[in-house]
Amino acid sequence: MNITRRHMLLLLPAAAIAWKHVLAGTPESSPNYTMSRHWWSMLIDVPKCIGCGNCVRACQSENDVPDGYFRTWVERYHVSGYDIENPHVDSPDGGKQGFPPALEEGGKNFFVPKLCNHCVDSPCTQVCPVGATFVSPDGVVLIDKKYCLGCRYCVQACPYGCRFINPRTATAEKCTLCYHRITKGLTTACCENCPTGARQLADLKNPKDPIHEFLKTHSVHVLKPHMATGAKVFYNELDGSVR
Amino acid sequence: MPGVEGFMYPNEIELQWSVLIVLYPFLTGLVAGAFILASLERVFRVQAVKPTYRLALLTALSFLLVAPLPLQLHLGHPERSYEMYLTPHTSSAMAMFGFVYLWYLMAVLVLEIWLDYRRDIVVMSQSATGWKRWVYRAMTLGSSNISERALAIDERAGYLITVIGIPSAFLLHGYVGFIFGSIKANPWWSTPLMPVVFLFSAMVSGIATVMLLYMLMTWVRGHTLDMACVDTVARYLFYTFIIDFSLEMLDLIHRIYESDESFRSLDFMVHTKLYLSHIVVQIVLGTVAPIALLALTQVLELTEMDRKRIYVLAGCLTLIGIFAMRWNVVIGGQLFSKSFLGYTTYKMGMATREGLLMAMVLTVLPFVILGVLVKLLPPWPEQDSSLLHGTTPAH
Repeated sequence: MNITRRHMLLLLPAAAIAWKHVLAGTPESSPNYTMSRHWWSMLIDVPKCIGCGNCVRACQSENDVPDGYFRTWVERYHVSGYDIENPHVDSPDGGKQGFPPALEEGGKNFFVPKLCNHCVDSPCTQVCPVGATFVSPDGVVLIDKKYCLGCRYCVQACPYGCRFINPRTATAEKCTLCYHRITKGLTTACCENCPTGARQLADLKNPKDPIHEFLKTHSVHVLKPHMATGAKVFYNELDGSVR
Repeated sequence: MPGVEGFMYPNEIELQWSVLIVLYPFLTGLVAGAFILASLERVFRVQAVKPTYRLALLTALSFLLVAPLPLQLHLGHPERSYEMYLTPHTSSAMAMFGFVYLWYLMAVLVLEIWLDYRRDIVVMSQSATGWKRWVYRAMTLGSSNISERALAIDERAGYLITVIGIPSAFLLHGYVGFIFGSIKANPWWSTPLMPVVFLFSAMVSGIATVMLLYMLMTWVRGHTLDMACVDTVARYLFYTFIIDFSLEMLDLIHRIYESDESFRSLDFMVHTKLYLSHIVVQIVLGTVAPIALLALTQVLELTEMDRKRIYVLAGCLTLIGIFAMRWNVVIGGQLFSKSFLGYTTYKMGMATREGLLMAMVLTVLPFVILGVLVKLLPPWPEQDSSLLHGTTPAH
């Protein structure tokens, strides 16, 4: 078949659209990093968290998170007696400056750090109308800011409240597992700054990663398992009262 | 924190979807409802509602033209909205908006209106003077054949489009309900009944709007109201409303009886923050009252004037109730935390991009468009016949 100028005029826009479709959902590339060799997740060791807020501050400074919005935050739970369905929870300014002394006496208090769960079947990715939110081949849920419409459907769809609209860019934002760091062989800002090792970045595809041994030997949960999102942030000794 | 009770996840305090997103399902609902009323005459041959047929189509078009504006204004990057057409994400319910909208606008509504008015447009393109002549000429799209055969083809094509249009109208509004109903993270929205409830409430609001507009416009024009027509429209409004109310009650009873993990939180919200808009405005004033009023007209032998008054009152209450329903779904669904441990408050802006003023402009705009359309394409049956009087069809 001869390609005429008329054919070219028809084909070029179609090819441009197809190319845009291919480009959508491609994370920033990094030299010497092979995405298919990793499958990132995080381990949160709840009993180790002391609620110091280092992780929240580190995340804010590393990722330029605006005040009042959180890629990660820490919640403090107070459960009195057997009433685990009605815990008292607070998170002043996302726990960024730590916590004031607990007011309630008796019962138990503990801290729970929260962040995007980088779900395998993430509801936020499912609902994005243009595919600006996507799961990268190494298992990180990312957002293409140049593509995001700012429709906020993903914020509504996240069961964990992990997303927000950045007022500066008017696009959706959330934890990227410090993708710019982990693709260079570093750990996340929150993990690096946690003084007790309550947060640990884990690569599920790396057979030498200590997470495999940890998962075998500890009682580990994910948040809201009934949502069936395939959450990849694992919590050690997670209390039943945690939402 | 002011406006927050209990515990909210820190990113949840600010509401994401504003009054403009309340307006969006309200406007599309009026479109779907008005179209379905029009199809009663065209497809189901309910002759009594014929006087409202063209008005219903023009009403549907006016509201449909405005329906995407609240969405566009709400986007963080409206200039990127075309990406939904170029690279739609196939797993996203929202990605289908553009296609469903365009299909409904271009393939159903505009085409049906054009076919229905084609004879009048051709006649007016010959009889009108000045700029109107050029407008009508452009609207003929170069087709001035109004022979009997051509008109018979128009009629058949119009019928076919209406038949396709009914499921399309169902798709348009059922889809809007699905956008909310498919969010499993939000128990206030997540129910398979949502698209069906949205659809029936759409029919209710669309029928009420056309009924009110027909009564108002007939009064303004100084003509006599066709009471057989209004009675029939009101009867359909009554039946549809009963189905809509039954579905909403089914949803409510199911939630109360099942009492899942979210129930206590939602129940508290309905009894506090949503009490006025949900219990008082939506259920009592906006649903039970108009149903009771319409029931009166069905069981009592009322005078024409009494019936008119009841229809106007019931129609207005219906529209308030359906708007409250959209408000309670959209805003109510964002007032509670997904942790079920706290509540936030919606602070509506005034003269902001997503504020009250903009919402009012977008509510009035369809009526302005309708005014222009009614001037350009008179929907009145008597005008329809007088237009052709003494005019030779062009070939």
